[in-house]
Amino acid sequence: MSKERIKIAPEMFDIMPPEYQDLVQRATYGNETRGWKDIGTSKELIEEHSLCAGCPESMAFRYILASLPAPEDTVMVGSTGCTSLVFPHVGVHNIHSLFGNQNAIASGLKRALTVRFPDRVKDVVVLAGDGATVDIGLDMTLQAWFRQEKFTTICFDNELYANTGGQESGLMQKGFVAKMAPVGKTFEKVRLPEIARESGCHYVVNCTVSKPNLVEKVIKNAIHVAREIGPTYLQLYTPCILEIGKNSMEGLQEMRDSEKPAERFSYKEYVSDQAKELLTELAAKEKERKAAAKKQLAGQA
Amino acid sequence: MATQSLVGTKNRAGQMVADPWELLHTAERTPSFFTGSEVIKEAVRRANCDVMIAYPITPQSEAAALIGELFAEGFIGDYFRGESEFAVMSQCAGAAFGGARVFTTTAGPGTMRAMENFPMWAGARLPIQMIVTCRGINSPLSIQPDTLEISYLLNTGMLVWHAETAQDFYDWILKGYIVSEEPDVHLPLALCCDGFFVTHTKDMVNLTPADQCLPPYDPYRSPVPCMDMECPPVRMMRDPFVMKSNYISYATHASWQQEVWAAIERSRKHAIRWLDGLIEVENPDADILIVSSGTAVSQGREAKCLLEDDGIDIGIVKIKTLRPWPAEEIREATRKAKHIIVPEFNVTGWLAKEIRATIPDAGRVLAGPHVCGGMTMPPEIIAADIKKRLGIQSESLAGRGS
Ligand SMILES: Cc1ncc(C[n+]2csc(CCOP(=O)(O)OP(=O)(O)O)c2C)c(N)n1
Ligand code: SF4
Ligand SMILES: [Mg+2]
Repeated sequence: MSKERIKIAPEMFDIMPPEYQDLVQRATYGNETRGWKDIGTSKELIEEHSLCAGCPESMAFRYILASLPAPEDTVMVGSTGCTSLVFPHVGVHNIHSLFGNQNAIASGLKRALTVRFPDRVKDVVVLAGDGATVDIGLDMTLQAWFRQEKFTTICFDNELYANTGGQESGLMQKGFVAKMAPVGKTFEKVRLPEIARESGCHYVVNCTVSKPNLVEKVIKNAIHVAREIGPTYLQLYTPCILEIGKNSMEGLQEMRDSEKPAERFSYKEYVSDQAKELLTELAAKEKERKAAAKKQLAGQA
Repeated sequence: MATQSLVGTKNRAGQMVADPWELLHTAERTPSFFTGSEVIKEAVRRANCDVMIAYPITPQSEAAALIGELFAEGFIGDYFRGESEFAVMSQCAGAAFGGARVFTTTAGPGTMRAMENFPMWAGARLPIQMIVTCRGINSPLSIQPDTLEISYLLNTGMLVWHAETAQDFYDWILKGYIVSEEPDVHLPLALCCDGFFVTHTKDMVNLTPADQCLPPYDPYRSPVPCMDMECPPVRMMRDPFVMKSNYISYATHASWQQEVWAAIERSRKHAIRWLDGLIEVENPDADILIVSSGTAVSQGREAKCLLEDDGIDIGIVKIKTLRPWPAEEIREATRKAKHIIVPEFNVTGWLAKEIRATIPDAGRVLAGPHVCGGMTMPPEIIAADIKKRLGIQSESLAGRGS
């Protein structure tokens, strides 16, 4: 999609909703250098959302949408859960269909877009909760990776089923007492990042969303690798402050505490050799681009 | 959206895009002796499909594999085996959301495994075509013909058609895309047949030219936006109705469901035109009518011959579409009938229940005979049930007592 496509006929401009006018005038579709730093100075690709006040999922959404390398040609796939309350406010096409089938939807979608647009890149990005990714949808999560489907899977890991009121999930920590785990969860947090690596993902990261620049980096890497090579997986800690008894202001600290070395969300990544090569290449190009931009700026001064 | 006709241009496989009406009505037909599975392949060859997703289950595995051959020959954009029917139907949805013409096949337990997808397909207005080669869904495990699964599809919001013969099947696969992709319809189609009886028997089928195909699907004629970021992301909204507990949310969901069912109604005019009516009636003035769908109709025709030998006059009503339900047509066709016999290949008699709910004087309906679990339906048992109804003694049939 080019920005032309979303333009409003001048005669109609004033009757369009203000958020759409804003989208046309100030969104960063098509801007190659877009990133988290645009937040606050451009129109974000997310409207108001209906998550709990202070829910780290909302930060994660904002950083991710600001970091998509090509939102004008990106289609996202969600699942049922707290995220499905956000997607209707998102300014890229997105699909909600059922709970847990997100990687199956994305497989069909990516293939259809490849058949229909053989000469263009259309990125597909899945974003779903831990229940959707690891429990009810696990077979479809893994099978998409086995088949080397070329899209990115992002899991918002809040270690429980938030949207249905805080039940046990496969990514919950052992011993945690929750609904449906009345005496504490009896088995370990499923090690999906490791499983992702073994299942054929070329880029896997496990981290929190406390640092927007880090989120930008891993999102861009994951999408570029998926575009060129094969499946990628990001597991992002977005604590459900409501269910773990935190206040609205405490989400960030919760993430910082749990990303300390030896904690379960200390930064971990796996990059396949093929992906390493690609990322090195892309980094070199980016460096060149920045140097050229600097030169140009100096010339103008 | 294509702004000019594509008729006369070539598709990815080098076939010529034909005017669909001419292709199906005036183009030369070649009689060919094929199994039902091969007929599915030949229809799909001419359907200009973008994506087909497969999963093995008897009795559709052969057709699904044959379509793989079509992919290898370049007739289909993409093809793969999914991991389960639930996943396959979601993969089909993903492809259709992305603007592809999608084809798949399933049967029995596969239909049931995938069930959660079907109301989603309809609600999302995805014109996917799914062939259902009906088989048993009961436990103990059975692979034999049985149409019980159709009854579960009737309230999903999908179009549901029930083919009797391989020729129906061939024509309806192509016509199915035309009807279900109409902008005022745009719904998925479950095109059902009775497994084995249609899929694994050979029949003479008149095929349209292999070098001609349907026009490609145009996703921009859809009543909902295609998820390809080629049109504005209009879903961005301030107060989405999803999962809210307020009146406006309930009203939005309610009207959306009503719209799906209204779209089924709107498919009526297209189906009448393309299928030459939603029902087919033979000898409508007879006092006794055999009314059914699928291969039970064929058995009814045989029973009619047997009974005519005994001087009993019989009419036949073949129901082609179950959704849309031809209520008016059935009421009209059965207006004068004294006895309405509804033979079915399932244990519950869901079709007879639908007919009873449709016509005045429902006591005229004789539900049965019902055969299931793979039992065949000899015309003699239909004839015997009719004679019994008429108070005529008939010879005892083996195993049925007298
Ligand atoms: C087939 C099906 N089963 C169960 C549900 C109920 N359900 C809706 S959301 C949800 C939990 C979502 O948990 P998760 O994926 O972790 O997302 P979160 O809400 O925590 O972000 C469940 C169980 C459903 N919608 N569909
Ligand atoms: S329930 Fe938990 S995950 Fe969901 S919006 Fe509230 S804080 Fe966030
Ligand atoms: Mg969760």
